[in-house]
Amino acid sequence: MAEPRPAASSRRWWNDERARGILYQLLLLLGVAGLGWFLVGNTLRNLEQRHIATGLGFLDREAAFGISEHVIAYSPTDSYLRALVVGLLNTLEISVLGIVLATLLGVVMGIARLSSNWLLARLATVYVETTRNIPLLLQLFFWYQLITEGLPVPRQAFDIFGVVFLSNRGLKVPAPLWDGPMLAVTLAFAVAVPASIVLTGWAGRRQEATGRRFPTGRVGAGLIIGLPLLAFLGGGAHLRIDLPHLTGFNFSGGATLSPEFAALLVGLVVYTGAFVAEIVRGGILAVPHGQTEAALSLGLSRLQVLRLVLLPQSLRVITPPLTSQYLNLTKNSTLAVAIGYPDLVSVANTAINQTGQAVEGVSIIMVVYLTISLALSSFMNWYNRQVALKGGAG
Amino acid sequence: MAAPLPLSGGLLSRPLAWSRRHLFNSPTNAVMTVVVLWLLWATIPPVVDWALLKAVWVGDPAACRAAGGACWAFVGQKYRLILFGIYPYEEQWRPLLAIVLFIVLMLVSAHPASWRRWLFWLWLSGLALVALLMWGGVAGLPFVANDRWGGLPLTLVLSTSGIVLSFPLAVLLALGRRSRLPAVRAASIAYIELWRGVPLVSVLFMASIMFPLFLPEGVTIDKLLRAQLGIILFTAAYVAEAVRGGLQAIPRGQAEAAEALGLGYWQKTRLIILPQALRLVIPPLVGQFITTFKDTSLVIIIGLYDLLSSTKVALSDPQWRGFYVEGYIAAAGIYFLFTFSMSRYSQYLERRLNRGRI
Repeated sequence: MAEPRPAASSRRWWNDERARGILYQLLLLLGVAGLGWFLVGNTLRNLEQRHIATGLGFLDREAAFGISEHVIAYSPTDSYLRALVVGLLNTLEISVLGIVLATLLGVVMGIARLSSNWLLARLATVYVETTRNIPLLLQLFFWYQLITEGLPVPRQAFDIFGVVFLSNRGLKVPAPLWDGPMLAVTLAFAVAVPASIVLTGWAGRRQEATGRRFPTGRVGAGLIIGLPLLAFLGGGAHLRIDLPHLTGFNFSGGATLSPEFAALLVGLVVYTGAFVAEIVRGGILAVPHGQTEAALSLGLSRLQVLRLVLLPQSLRVITPPLTSQYLNLTKNSTLAVAIGYPDLVSVANTAINQTGQAVEGVSIIMVVYLTISLALSSFMNWYNRQVALKGGAG
Repeated sequence: MAAPLPLSGGLLSRPLAWSRRHLFNSPTNAVMTVVVLWLLWATIPPVVDWALLKAVWVGDPAACRAAGGACWAFVGQKYRLILFGIYPYEEQWRPLLAIVLFIVLMLVSAHPASWRRWLFWLWLSGLALVALLMWGGVAGLPFVANDRWGGLPLTLVLSTSGIVLSFPLAVLLALGRRSRLPAVRAASIAYIELWRGVPLVSVLFMASIMFPLFLPEGVTIDKLLRAQLGIILFTAAYVAEAVRGGLQAIPRGQAEAAEALGLGYWQKTRLIILPQALRLVIPPLVGQFITTFKDTSLVIIIGLYDLLSSTKVALSDPQWRGFYVEGYIAAAGIYFLFTFSMSRYSQYLERRLNRGRI
């Protein structure tokens, strides 16, 4: 560095690292832009030749196809936009339910694999190794065929106490009617959960500041159970339930889990559960046993050791890989299209077939999934920061 | 640990001591053992009864329906359709040879001594050989169009080409993501995150219905190659992240030493960094291969006949209706054979690497 630099005139510009860097970047940008121009140009010309319309105008037109399952009201006279929203809501419904159930199954199986009970540990290992190593789509086909062909017709349905029916038309369960106290109970529940979270935060801060403890667990449970109960009693304490019953060759009344929904849910949960189990097992093993021994010797109870010492450290290891499993489950829910559950991809696919607007259709799918991926990963990053070491090096 | 046994010295003392320690060491465990034993007792006898005792190994659909057990005769009847799809019957030794070639290549790559530069070229020439074998049209082999390829060879072709052919792009992307040039870094990050953010199904849709629109007039690529291209572009993003992991594991001192010797960026990368980093990439690459191997089953959605698809075709035979459990077990068994042995291998590699590190 201290060496005298050669005169500027004798230095070639391509021997300067910064100039070369700028040149490389310009070349890359030119290349990307050129490729884009080439592809867009070809696409426009091809679309024009095939007389396919471009733009998102088709979203306002009448969809003219039915969707078997919808969370919001939908009929074939509605627009494509509404059809896509119905598909998106179905995707979100199966993903959220799948994530919750897969986490439960995965935690149970992950702990079971570490159990000192030899038989239980082996059983969990067999579950993890078989489901992980067989393609999800094959499992979905299997579950779907098992439900539609392996189960009896509605007239010979398996029933549990005459209120829950399992047949090849899916699972029929009693459903509460949404009038009277049910609405108030739901509202009360929706208030109680955030309230108890806020309470826990306040109690923690107070304990750190003053050392006085607050019975968070009992008060929180009281809030979550008590408020809805109060609402239920206050609303007249009556509950109307719609029971499924056999009429003709099928059931009416109650709520239905269609064979497609059930197969997709079971398949996703069983498959993802195995991956979650491995993550949970890894997370638990990552905390050295000395931590447990040290905490026990300080006089903490088993439950306290788990809650205050083991879990906070395991969660730190578990959260990042768990995030990618949740994303995988959401992305894997697109396999719905193979068994006929009307998720976003399957609705968009129908729309593409009807309008021929493949570019728009596929772009909508990709943009929606990118948004879901980014939203979920930023939420999990936020959560990860919450459980990460405060003030640590990184 | 275990209490003194009343039967000590007897014939049963060791199993008893073992079960006391591993199955009945606490009240909770005892209850769980009983529950699990009851579960096994309730499930295993009917399964054995169905799969072995009442099973029909050779016979026709009528014999199967009469027996009420598993119909392995169905698998025996259809195994060539399941394994090779609709590839011309008398030419099926060619896909069989391709499968053997793939297995040999995998076994060769499993040995750490082969983790050198030639391994990539070996795979590339192996894939070329497989393509030659499957397509034919030379050396007296009749030409077979690739819309008749199917079954396990197609699954293997799609997944291994997905990994091998995406590798050069993946290395460039991984280097780009760590580049000092902002435009290169941004482009690499955008590529990787975009592809990782979308599901494979949408990529396959794109390959099947959007790619034809991208091409200039008169140029067409058939469906299999489009799907393969989609899988390569998609997999490159994941492989790039694996390569980045390997790059990050190389100590900075290596790069600094190379720079101090006066090596330029490409010399430093090619001679110092990559030879060390890519060896570390092998274990995660095996994991990625398992994922890709399973994920190629999605090509059924765009109408290609991979292993899962050809199984479904076999199941759709009206004469043999209803034996889907047997069919899916057979296909699952083939998938399992590959994925399970590979995952065991990657666990062994991890243990081996960790042993070296401690």
